[in-house]
Amino acid sequence: MTLIAERPTTIDPIAAAIADIEGVPETAPALEPDGHVRNRDFVVICYSGDLEKTWASLILATTAAASGLNTKMFLTFWGLQTFVKDEKRVTGETWMQKMLAVMQRPGISHRKLSKMNFMGMGPWMMGTLAHKYNVASPKELLEAALAMGVELMPCQMTMDMFGLKREDMIEGMGEPVGAATVIDLLNNGAASLFI
Amino acid sequence: MNVLEIAAQVDARGLSCPMPIVRTAQTIRPLAPGAIVEVLATDPGSLKDFSAWCRSTGNELLEQTTDGPVHRFVIRRK
Repeated sequence: MTLIAERPTTIDPIAAAIADIEGVPETAPALEPDGHVRNRDFVVICYSGDLEKTWASLILATTAAASGLNTKMFLTFWGLQTFVKDEKRVTGETWMQKMLAVMQRPGISHRKLSKMNFMGMGPWMMGTLAHKYNVASPKELLEAALAMGVELMPCQMTMDMFGLKREDMIEGMGEPVGAATVIDLLNNGAASLFI
Repeated sequence: MNVLEIAAQVDARGLSCPMPIVRTAQTIRPLAPGAIVEVLATDPGSLKDFSAWCRSTGNELLEQTTDGPVHRFVIRRK
């Protein structure tokens, strides 16, 4: 790749020498291939598992990533259910965890509308309209988000409470984290949305 | 004669928000700095969106023309 050679090299020689000694690549925090430093963090706190809110979260996350923001999605409570593999029918260990998964099927293709769900009629009509007007589905947006490097951060506490295991969740899921990780991001100036 | 050498094209005609922007970002990212991308879009929102996106990414919007329902954007990668 010629991109690496073309990156501006404004590196302090002393820092570079120290980095060399410590074996850290000298271009460590450097620039993305697109030429700008992606130092501004953007966090979407995905709390809801409703179809319409999942859709909004993914539209904003993909657009933020496309605009060069270092985009992360913190997946908690019902928001984490969205990122369970579509083909998983029942998740959890205990009967109560399993029962909850049966009552609200996890997976991005099985989201319900918060209002006017009408036994799936609402989501079906939304999907049909989206298709007709060429609006990307949540599943397509998720694929785009992952392709653009959006980081998915599952909430460890939610995983424990719902009995979700790493293998229950989609490919590309990051390391589980807690609220302190989110607060740290916010404390360091990340833009954020709670959806 | 168009003096600009187009490195890549994005056909986002028919696509709705945010896909014209997302496709453009995905296309422009692997290109060399200074490369020029041509985007075709029919989403009326793209008129405002592309100039906003160029502002936030630092890419340069060189041309913006409209031919019927199709908006054409020529963008130079930062």
